Amino acid sequence: MNVKKRLLDGPRMNRAIRRMAIEVLEKNRGTEDLIIVGIRSRGVPIAERMAKEIEEMEGHPVSSGILDITLYRDDLTTIAPQPVVKPTKLPEPIDDKIVVLVDDVLYTGRTVRAALDALIDFGRPKAVMLAVLIDRGHRELPIHADVIGKTVPTDAHEVIKVKLVETDGEDEVLIMEK
Amino acid sequence: MRASTSSLRSKDLLGIEHLLPEEIELILDTAEGFKEVSERPVKKVPALRGQLIINLFMEASTRTRVSFEIAEKRLSADTLNFTASGSSVEKGETLIDTAENLVAMHPEMIVIRHKYPGAPKMLADRLPNVSIINAGDGSHEHPTQALLDAFTIRERLGQLAGVNVSIIGDIAHSRVVRSNIHLLTKMKANVTVAAPPTLLPAEIGKMGVRVVHSLDEAVAGADVIMMLRIQLERQGKLSFPSLREYYNTFGLTPERLKRASSEAIIMHPGPMNRGVEIASDVADDPKRSVILEQVTNGVAVRMAVLYLLGGAHDGE
Repeated sequence: MNVKKRLLDGPRMNRAIRRMAIEVLEKNRGTEDLIIVGIRSRGVPIAERMAKEIEEMEGHPVSSGILDITLYRDDLTTIAPQPVVKPTKLPEPIDDKIVVLVDDVLYTGRTVRAALDALIDFGRPKAVMLAVLIDRGHRELPIHADVIGKTVPTDAHEVIKVKLVETDGEDEVLIMEK
Repeated sequence: MRASTSSLRSKDLLGIEHLLPEEIELILDTAEGFKEVSERPVKKVPALRGQLIINLFMEASTRTRVSFEIAEKRLSADTLNFTASGSSVEKGETLIDTAENLVAMHPEMIVIRHKYPGAPKMLADRLPNVSIINAGDGSHEHPTQALLDAFTIRERLGQLAGVNVSIIGDIAHSRVVRSNIHLLTKMKANVTVAAPPTLLPAEIGKMGVRVVHSLDEAVAGADVIMMLRIQLERQGKLSFPSLREYYNTFGLTPERLKRASSEAIIMHPGPMNRGVEIASDVADDPKRSVILEQVTNGVAVRMAVLYLLGGAHDGE
């Protein structure tokens, strides 16, 4: 695959995540009842960074957790081998909380569909918001993001590659061409 | 570092003997994810929705059958329990005919417990499109028991490599011990077995274990003490003078336990014969006995196995 364009470098990614954190705070008028939940795998470091930004701005920590959606995927019976399952870790019951789901890329919407089903098995949140670093379009389900780091029009044959220091050793977002 | 893998090579789980260390690690890692599922308010995930799993139990079992059934239900599979008594098996139907009739109902998996070693393998060879899981075949293997034991050890002690595991009791008739020796030696644990000579197969030393003939020797220096049930139903006649005598020489009592490290954990695959291989005070020791944790972990480990075998198979 060839790199077509570098969408974000480290500093621009940091600014995007900080702005996402600010938007979450603005939309909720603070951190009350807020839980930031990252979707495995690359949603997790982004959620952690947003939680850290919020803590720095507000002066107190905000709850954060990890959601593994593997068992809720709609393609489990057709793909091989089976994707790796890891634990979901939520810091507290989500009943009557505002859950902010965080992922790296919003594309077909199927991951978010699975995440919503997974979340509901843990309780009944007051509201669920979606925050993504990159929205690349091409939705296959009626799902939209509430907070977006960067909107990027893409072709279906292109691939968005998000790299994060925590998982890949560096911060950048690339558009690749097959 | 060992290479990791993200899938099992076989469509079946017939035993530990043919698993690679990285496959064992994959099952144990996956089970951690499933343990969390059992702690949720809604203890169910849709991973195996629409799949039919037949539990073919041709030999008595409570724990294993119930554990598999819970695991299957938590994965949203449809389950069908088939036991030998009250079925056409009593009318003389062979295992193969029984299985082929069940396969005509299109199950994705069959979990089988049978008194004959090799029965699961025979089914696996005959049924290319069905995953067969061995839930204990005679005195051959009981892979999911060994996996849940390993999961429990790893959870308690942090690792398997270098851990000293002593397995004490009816080594001769135990499928659990065979699967456990395969698993623990593959994962570089140090295994010691101890039993009266009449309950110790002559060839056992060839499996890479240390053999001792007294409980005291086995207990000294052990991190894990795994007691086995005396399987009276598999012995033609008693292999020792009396149960009382057995308890006096090979039963794990509080006094004997003093020779072990204070950190050592006590395991038993169940069902226990209290006062034969293990004293009640030891079995119920709140700090050191992990016997009930083994049962809890059994569900998570079986969910992991079912999940890993339950996806689309290559070539389908």
